[in-house]
Amino acid sequence: MAGQLAGFTVSLCLLGFTVAVFEDQVGKFDWRQQFVGEVQFALFDTHSQASKKLLVATEKNIFASLNSRTGELFWRHVDKMGPEGHIDMLLMHGQDAVVVVGNGRLLRSWETTVGGLNWETVLDTGSFQSAAFIGLQDLVKYVAVLKKSAISLHYLSNGHQKWVENLPESDTVQYQTVYSGGNGQVFVLGVVPNSHIVIVEYNIEDGEIMKQNSVAAPWMSSLKSSCVVVGIGVLLCVDPTTESIYTLPLQSEEQTKMTPILLQTLGLEMASGFQPVLMSTQPHPARPPLSEFFLQLGPDHHILLQLKDGHISALRDFNPSYLVSFATTGEKTVAAVMSPKNETVSIHPRNACSINLFSADTGRRLLDTTIIYYMDPNGGKPTKLYVHAFLKKDDSVGYRVLVQTEDLVLNFLQQPGRVVWTREEALADVVTMEMVDLPLTGTQAELEGEFGKKADGLLPMVLKRLSSQLILLQAWLSHLWKLFYDARKPRSHVKNEVTIETLSRDEFNLQKMMVMVTASGKLFGIDSKSGAVLWKKYLENVQPNSVFKLMVQRTTAHFPHPPQCTLLIKDKDTGLGSLYVFNPIFGKKSHISVPALPRPVLQSLLLPLMDQDYAKVLLLIDDQYKVTAFPSTKNVLQQLQEMASSIFFYLVDASQGRLSGFRLRKDLSTELIWEVVIPTEVQKIVGVKGKRANEHVHSQGRVMGDRSVLYKYLNPNLLAVVTESTDSHQERSFVGIFLIDGVTGRIVHEAVQRKARGPVHFVHSENWVVYVYWNTKSRRNEFSVLELFEGMELYNSTVFSSLDRPHPPQVLQQSYIFPSHISTLEATLTEKGITSRHLLVGLPSGAIMSLPKMFLDPRRPEVGSDQSREENLIPYSPEMMIRTEWFINYNQTVSRVRGIYTAPSGLESTCLVVAYGLDIYQTRVYPSKQFDVLKDDYDYVLISSVLLGLFFATMISKRLAEVKLLNRAWR
Amino acid sequence: MAPLSSSFIAIISISIVGFYMQFGDCNNGRRVVDNVESDITGFSVPLEHSFEVDDVPRFRARGNIQLKAGRENGVFLSQALLSEKDRSLLKDVAAVDGLYRIRVPRVSLQSDRQTDRQLEGYLTAFIRACSLVESHLSDVITLHTDVSGYLIGVSIVTVPSACRGAEVEDEVDLEIFNTTIGVMAPVNAPAPETALYIEKMEQEMDKKGKPQEQKSFFAKYWYLILGGAVFLMATSSAQPPAGGAREQS
Repeated sequence: MAGQLAGFTVSLCLLGFTVAVFEDQVGKFDWRQQFVGEVQFALFDTHSQASKKLLVATEKNIFASLNSRTGELFWRHVDKMGPEGHIDMLLMHGQDAVVVVGNGRLLRSWETTVGGLNWETVLDTGSFQSAAFIGLQDLVKYVAVLKKSAISLHYLSNGHQKWVENLPESDTVQYQTVYSGGNGQVFVLGVVPNSHIVIVEYNIEDGEIMKQNSVAAPWMSSLKSSCVVVGIGVLLCVDPTTESIYTLPLQSEEQTKMTPILLQTLGLEMASGFQPVLMSTQPHPARPPLSEFFLQLGPDHHILLQLKDGHISALRDFNPSYLVSFATTGEKTVAAVMSPKNETVSIHPRNACSINLFSADTGRRLLDTTIIYYMDPNGGKPTKLYVHAFLKKDDSVGYRVLVQTEDLVLNFLQQPGRVVWTREEALADVVTMEMVDLPLTGTQAELEGEFGKKADGLLPMVLKRLSSQLILLQAWLSHLWKLFYDARKPRSHVKNEVTIETLSRDEFNLQKMMVMVTASGKLFGIDSKSGAVLWKKYLENVQPNSVFKLMVQRTTAHFPHPPQCTLLIKDKDTGLGSLYVFNPIFGKKSHISVPALPRPVLQSLLLPLMDQDYAKVLLLIDDQYKVTAFPSTKNVLQQLQEMASSIFFYLVDASQGRLSGFRLRKDLSTELIWEVVIPTEVQKIVGVKGKRANEHVHSQGRVMGDRSVLYKYLNPNLLAVVTESTDSHQERSFVGIFLIDGVTGRIVHEAVQRKARGPVHFVHSENWVVYVYWNTKSRRNEFSVLELFEGMELYNSTVFSSLDRPHPPQVLQQSYIFPSHISTLEATLTEKGITSRHLLVGLPSGAIMSLPKMFLDPRRPEVGSDQSREENLIPYSPEMMIRTEWFINYNQTVSRVRGIYTAPSGLESTCLVVAYGLDIYQTRVYPSKQFDVLKDDYDYVLISSVLLGLFFATMISKRLAEVKLLNRAWR
Repeated sequence: MAPLSSSFIAIISISIVGFYMQFGDCNNGRRVVDNVESDITGFSVPLEHSFEVDDVPRFRARGNIQLKAGRENGVFLSQALLSEKDRSLLKDVAAVDGLYRIRVPRVSLQSDRQTDRQLEGYLTAFIRACSLVESHLSDVITLHTDVSGYLIGVSIVTVPSACRGAEVEDEVDLEIFNTTIGVMAPVNAPAPETALYIEKMEQEMDKKGKPQEQKSFFAKYWYLILGGAVFLMATSSAQPPAGGAREQS
């Protein structure tokens, strides 16, 4: 039926809404950046010397290949969100990468050059423990996957299962490691915590248990963190309580006891309270691991040890050292160690680090292998080190390193410290953002400043004016000169770099500063025109599950006061908040003293009130309903006292279904004035949205076909509250929509959408609410639009007050079928609100659709009449089409789009759009086309020549007329 | 537009002018102890109000909302006159721009069992006291319920609701509440209207479709046949020169 409808609606497309880009406009006003997220596994392609491939698997369930020369993506596979797509393990052999996905659900092999799938195997259920390549006689033929209760062996060539065996006593023993030395056996190691270790040996060929042994180890709780296999099958375990290393040969006949070696005998001491970590390397899966290994004794202390004939000897002590890593090229294995450059300075401040290579078998430092790594003062500490070693022509070892830091920066460095590329992976998880106008140029500011200062008499004013005009003239001349100079150069060279110094507002305010807040607590300032990161700041003490709210307290409009943004960071568990105040243009932390917030913050409110420095007042309400003002100068407090009785705010407690309204008192305490309780047994609140504060509505009403006006109900305090039923049965589930006045608590409208279920996305703007839900009965997504009208007469046209609006509005509603799921919904926003509105719909396919609001109009008539045609109403059709020319991002798909941000520009026709998710995409949209911009092919020559021609024609004809008149007078 | 707008509010409001003089004293004496009273026809919920010069709410009984379970229009409000003291207090509160608050307990209008009806807490709403005074105690109280019949909110507005500072003679105008009370339940949001649309489309198809069907095969494809014939003739006549060309080369 839907298809039939789709066919019918084609005939309805009478109105030409073409918003698609032209081919030559691609990339002109838009850009996209693709990210991968926090790297979990990174492997270099050591297959061939010239290979540029770097394979990464990330926390965001992404498996990608990066170009190690440029940092760009070769290809990227985005898997499902959540644990289902989680990448458990990444192994690489030759051209193939083997990936275990979704807690051991799938085993996949990828071809790494183009990213094609070789094969995929569905594994038996069971939680994933470990996976390893199994080699035999120098050939790697199998991959073993260890699960909680079974081990299976798969062919590397096609993924077929060779054998699967249940593990003995898997209900008591926790099997955690699989190991093979390449000589025909597979060892599975398990532990019964605080009791013993179990070693099971399987035959590679048929999966038969060759041997099964248990060794007492009452001190051991987990194998994973404290045990490795070193040398020719020797299990090494470290015990922090007795400060000793236990060794156990896996293949010997009599395995009854582990041999302890006290660390003290090696002259080593452990940092107290630190869980020591062992790290070994197995350069080739078909050969046993090396007998050298690292032991981490403290957070900044590593030591390279060697096991020889059952004895451990220290090769080299690295103290202090932050990160260590092994790398192999050809037959050589090296150890890379990152340590602070100035060895006398301990942990703080660490500004520069040096990375050195050491020969793994001797511990000797290799000459000329130092890489200096400068840490970003606005960044975090390095957390992971991946080394790509290669043989140079003279057979010495060269290397490059990939360093990941706490703030998710990937730095790729080569000798002697050159940063080859940097990726800001924190941007894969943008939480919230704002766009801030760029500051004026120096000359513009000079002019502005003239008006700001006090008048000092006539003559100085005149002189000042003259001087500023001179400066303007000078700037114009230099601009002309630059134009002339640039014109002689070839096009490609003219491209001027955007730097923080050259930032200035353009003519139409189309270029802005995007301030982005990421989940990891890193802030970014990005130029909206080019996408270049202009500043970044890592906030160190942010808890991982914090909630952020970004507010622009002072815009750029108040020269000479710098613009000011405030970030409210709230810990989700404790509710305690903190404020971070900064300059959004330069990213510098402001020195303004910030109020302490000892109590959990419930609500924040940015008032239109300003202090004497033009900063908007921010009110924070704590859990005792006390209000903290920021800034809290005397001026502000006085204003607040005067305004107190007209400052209202609301709180939503979704867990109890309670919405309550408060009014500010003069002493900055509050009083409860209204309460609405939606019983949580029936439905739960899933979203509350007010209107955007910077939204303008140009037209108060709509002119109807008969020339009368239908006035819009434009209540700035209106809240749209969306609920979902707790009963999820498909016949009884519903979605509730409440429109509540945020000042009086009056329920203006309440509606239920029957047989509907979330996730609900909704937009609340002007006099309408649009929401999307899932229809459980018809199994489809549906749009619904609510519009509110006051009627044919306006109650009080001069000012709107929630306290003085006795008549409830008329509510119109209509619903439509939408043929796709949606990820996010937002409405366009323009400077004055004259331009018609579009809805920006983020689709799961990665497309962003610009849907004219005109199609979502509850006044669309079932049957078109003359009046409705006069009003430009489209006759109702139940299905909303997805037209590909509405996709504003053509083929630049935005993966996992989570939010869309819209901002007005200086041009009324133009709205700036940023879509963020895994990727970031910035573009401009023109909902009513560019009605205020001359077209590119506008014929200036013709117009000016016609004008000039007319001018001269009038001059000549005037002269002729004069002559004629004179002649006539003489007659 | 018209049918939608009229269906928007399901308020069937009945205005009752508070002429229940005889209830006055007895209502004042009754406290919040027995909130829900029931009799055979329905049950009643106390409506309380508060107006204080110091703006600290102290709720006292204003009247009783009588609800007839199961019937949509079964809501009445019986309320007392304002006492002399309250009248002057209300004027004082209005003079300092204080608030006039009302509250009702959270109850269910649907449930048959008394124990299920009552939930913890109250629902409150407010207006400016001056607007109540200036409107001569004419207010509209709406009780909002959710789908299952629980009261979720109460709203109060006065008509007119602006404060213009008009003088009010207390004796006449501030004695009797002129209240309109109603219950507002959620309306059902419309689903996409497909049936009507398909019907309309089918009608249009019928109109357009029929004449096309009656065309015969030749009438439809005569140009193809003609074109084919011309093409065949052209190719057959063009062969001899082609052969001649081959001979030449």
